[in-house]
Amino acid sequence: MRKLTWFNTVSLTLGFAFLYIPIVILVIYSFNKSKLVTVWGGFSPKWYGELLQNQAFLDAAKVTLQVGVVSSTLATVLGTMAAFVIVRGGRFYGRTLFSGMIYAPLVMPEVITGLSLLLLFIAIGMDRGVMTIVLAHATFSMCYVSVVVSSRLVSFDQSLEEAAQDLGCTPWDAFKSVTLPIIAPAVFSGWLLAFTLSLDDLVIASFTSGPASTTLPIKIFSSVRLGVSPEINALSTIMIALVTVGVVTASIVSKRAIAQQKRDEQMAEQ
Amino acid sequence: MTINPAFAPWLDPQAKPIIDFQSVTKNYGDFTAIDNIDLKIYPREFFALLGPSGCGKTTLMRMLAGFETATKGTILIDGQDMADVPAHKRAVNMMFQSYALFPHLSVADNIAFGLKRSDMPKSEIGGRVDEMLRLVQLGKFAKRKPHQLSGGQRQRVALARALAKGPKLLLLDEPLGALDKKLRHETQFELMDIQEKTGTTFVIVTHDQEEAMTVASRIAVMDHGRLAQVDTPDRVYEVPNSVYVADFIGDVNIIRGAVGSVDSDIADLKWSEGAAPIRALAGPDLKPGARAAFAVRPEKVGISQSEPTDMHNRVQGRVEDIAYLGNMSMYFVRLADGTLVKAQVANVRRISRRGITWDDQVWLSWTDTAGIILPD
Amino acid sequence: MNVSRKFLIGVPYVWLLILFLIPFLIVFKIALSDYAVSIPPYAPTLDLANGWQGILDLLSGLDFENFAFLLDDDLYWKAYLSSVQIAATATLLTLLVGFPIAYGMVNAPDEWRPSLMMLVILPFWTSFLIRVYAWIGILSNEGLLNSFLLWLGVISEPLIILNTNIAVYIGIVYTYLPFMILPIYASLEKLDASLLEAAQDLGCTRIGAFWAVTVHLAKPGIIAGCFLVFIPALGEVVIPSLLGGSRTLMIGKVLWEEFFSNRDWTVASAVAIILLLILVIPIVLFQRNEQKQREAGQ
Repeated sequence: MRKLTWFNTVSLTLGFAFLYIPIVILVIYSFNKSKLVTVWGGFSPKWYGELLQNQAFLDAAKVTLQVGVVSSTLATVLGTMAAFVIVRGGRFYGRTLFSGMIYAPLVMPEVITGLSLLLLFIAIGMDRGVMTIVLAHATFSMCYVSVVVSSRLVSFDQSLEEAAQDLGCTPWDAFKSVTLPIIAPAVFSGWLLAFTLSLDDLVIASFTSGPASTTLPIKIFSSVRLGVSPEINALSTIMIALVTVGVVTASIVSKRAIAQQKRDEQMAEQ
Repeated sequence: MTINPAFAPWLDPQAKPIIDFQSVTKNYGDFTAIDNIDLKIYPREFFALLGPSGCGKTTLMRMLAGFETATKGTILIDGQDMADVPAHKRAVNMMFQSYALFPHLSVADNIAFGLKRSDMPKSEIGGRVDEMLRLVQLGKFAKRKPHQLSGGQRQRVALARALAKGPKLLLLDEPLGALDKKLRHETQFELMDIQEKTGTTFVIVTHDQEEAMTVASRIAVMDHGRLAQVDTPDRVYEVPNSVYVADFIGDVNIIRGAVGSVDSDIADLKWSEGAAPIRALAGPDLKPGARAAFAVRPEKVGISQSEPTDMHNRVQGRVEDIAYLGNMSMYFVRLADGTLVKAQVANVRRISRRGITWDDQVWLSWTDTAGIILPD
Repeated sequence: MNVSRKFLIGVPYVWLLILFLIPFLIVFKIALSDYAVSIPPYAPTLDLANGWQGILDLLSGLDFENFAFLLDDDLYWKAYLSSVQIAATATLLTLLVGFPIAYGMVNAPDEWRPSLMMLVILPFWTSFLIRVYAWIGILSNEGLLNSFLLWLGVISEPLIILNTNIAVYIGIVYTYLPFMILPIYASLEKLDASLLEAAQDLGCTRIGAFWAVTVHLAKPGIIAGCFLVFIPALGEVVIPSLLGGSRTLMIGKVLWEEFFSNRDWTVASAVAIILLLILVIPIVLFQRNEQKQREAGQ
């Protein structure tokens, strides 16, 4: 049997402490009354108030959300198509190039992706702004979406689609009413991943954004370079809270669904 | 097993086939999956495609469903050329090996799936679904999802879904393969029952010869993309047309040799120096002197301690092994030339009363019509 | 059927050609161009109005001068070498931190494991930038770590950690730790506990069995984890910019500064090309490792 040795217990404790203490400190200091980030001046939520008054941050947040929603939706459509091409496309001219282009952005340093896209936008004379960030984000995150969706597609029983056609569906109808509902969880995780990547991206956005389209990470980066600020702590806390609630909820929901499925299957066999 | 001896449309030259394969070939690159097949299947038949995996039986079925197209030749269903008819426009439904039940839909919605895409008025769909649920005895399970059903129940949902649209032709791809043995036997009879009730033509693909024998009106035994034999189960078993078929269906003794004389329906096989030739039914295409094999079922071989002088076919040997199978015993007898012959005897008496045991010298014998001589 | 298949392949294909391959070729082309005080700041530019002559003019104007410049100036050499050295050291440190955590997770009771797993993945979903930023407040001279150590009396004056390579190591280990833990955990999870007992039964000491069985079986996960940390760490920009000092040389940061501060696009492009060439080796090795795993799995 497996059991925890004292060594395991110590390494788990220290490991998770290492992972979470910096975040916890960040959250605690976002409620610090003092402007000096290293001195505890008592509890106060005032930095959250100031943050909400800061128009530059609010504007950047708006741009970030716009870019995130549009680019991840585009990336999901393109990435799902690409997943179908990879898994089901069979042979076609330039297949190797295609799969190369799908996987390369996963290992490509962001500086290079950003630089190359910027040079393209300049070469074709496209003004930098929200649109160019959306195109850039959609391009690199579609590759992540296609990895997520294609791993689901590989295990998809293709006879389900054949059954649908056998029962009178056109291929497109079969995709819509059978394939898509079944792979929907994977497509949704792909979207979520693309959205997170977009919200998180600093480097590519820095290359492809214009003066009027500053995203939140760019804004954070430029103020952080000047040192720690309690406003950024407050902003970070909000973002961490949103993500934590989202991830914890999702994992509880999926855990329940799996448990329910197991119970159902046991019942059915009796 | 032919249920109704009068039902034999394949013998009637006037009968119109529902399926007609005309010189159909299917290639995948260099590999020939189907090799120039001609085959007619008639309405209301329960037709089995039987063969080992890779023999082309599934490809043949998928061509009927419209998931594969023939490389050469024509496939007619009800007299209509199917070459340009896509799967979703065919009045053919299929029950998949994996059942392919839609996991996101309830049992009732699975059954209604095809109906919603037909010209059936919405108001009638519910009634039809109930009817199908009754047919497969799943009325209580209408609202369940597939993962909440047992294997046998899923199999019945798949059947109900495939039958819901009232297809002319139902294709069943290894329909019982995922069930355990006991359930499989019960379900075989259910399938036959439903086939008779609905009057649908069934084409079943299976690798299980017992299953094919039980359910089918005719069996096509396939080998490497060709039809080895197409006939009723009893004829495939009793008069196989090749060693391959004889060997594939049931248990058989094969004795190899050369053809002696050939009469109209009886032939001689010279098989061992100094032994009398075996006399048996003559298979197709026998030429004197050609290589041939004698095939006889173990249950048609008699075993005795004294020489059965009244039988023409009799050989002596030594009992090498006895397998006690409860209702019967199988004797493995080694002949003088080294051939091993199996003889099966029904255990009508208690075990202690039977005289033959290990290492006994015994006589094996069979009638002239018990076995068949086939080209080898 | 055929039209829809063409559409399905065509749309993502054309998208990637325009937004991935062509930009990449442009980088290559600019790396071979000369710096010019103009807009855009490089020459020659492609003049398609002149047809074939335009393309020939362009080709004759390209050369490897920028690469020669990179060879001459030892700033770039040092940046490449120190990037590799920093990424490799940080990868090794991540392995030393990550392996015991993964090993502890595998030995944890079954009902804890999903939660532990979630705790490892959770930081991945939170902003990278914020996670790096969190360390500034901890590592700075008057930061929490120094205050704590001073209060304990372990040190008498603040340690200088922020803006040194040590801070960069900490940053890389911290942000890429999940990439190390997950593949190691995945390969250790398959480990059958009876193997360890069998090894001990056959005369191994406990530590010997741990080495011969556990570490050996985790090797594919360790290799995968190391590549997953090393490859992105090599091109890292944010960590050296925020935690590193002016003397921290990492090639991603050099490229960034060359582009945004010096505005020398031709040198930035040449730096990018060389960075990519350096990355090709670990990427190919990683691919081969994955391929081997897949084949072994079948």
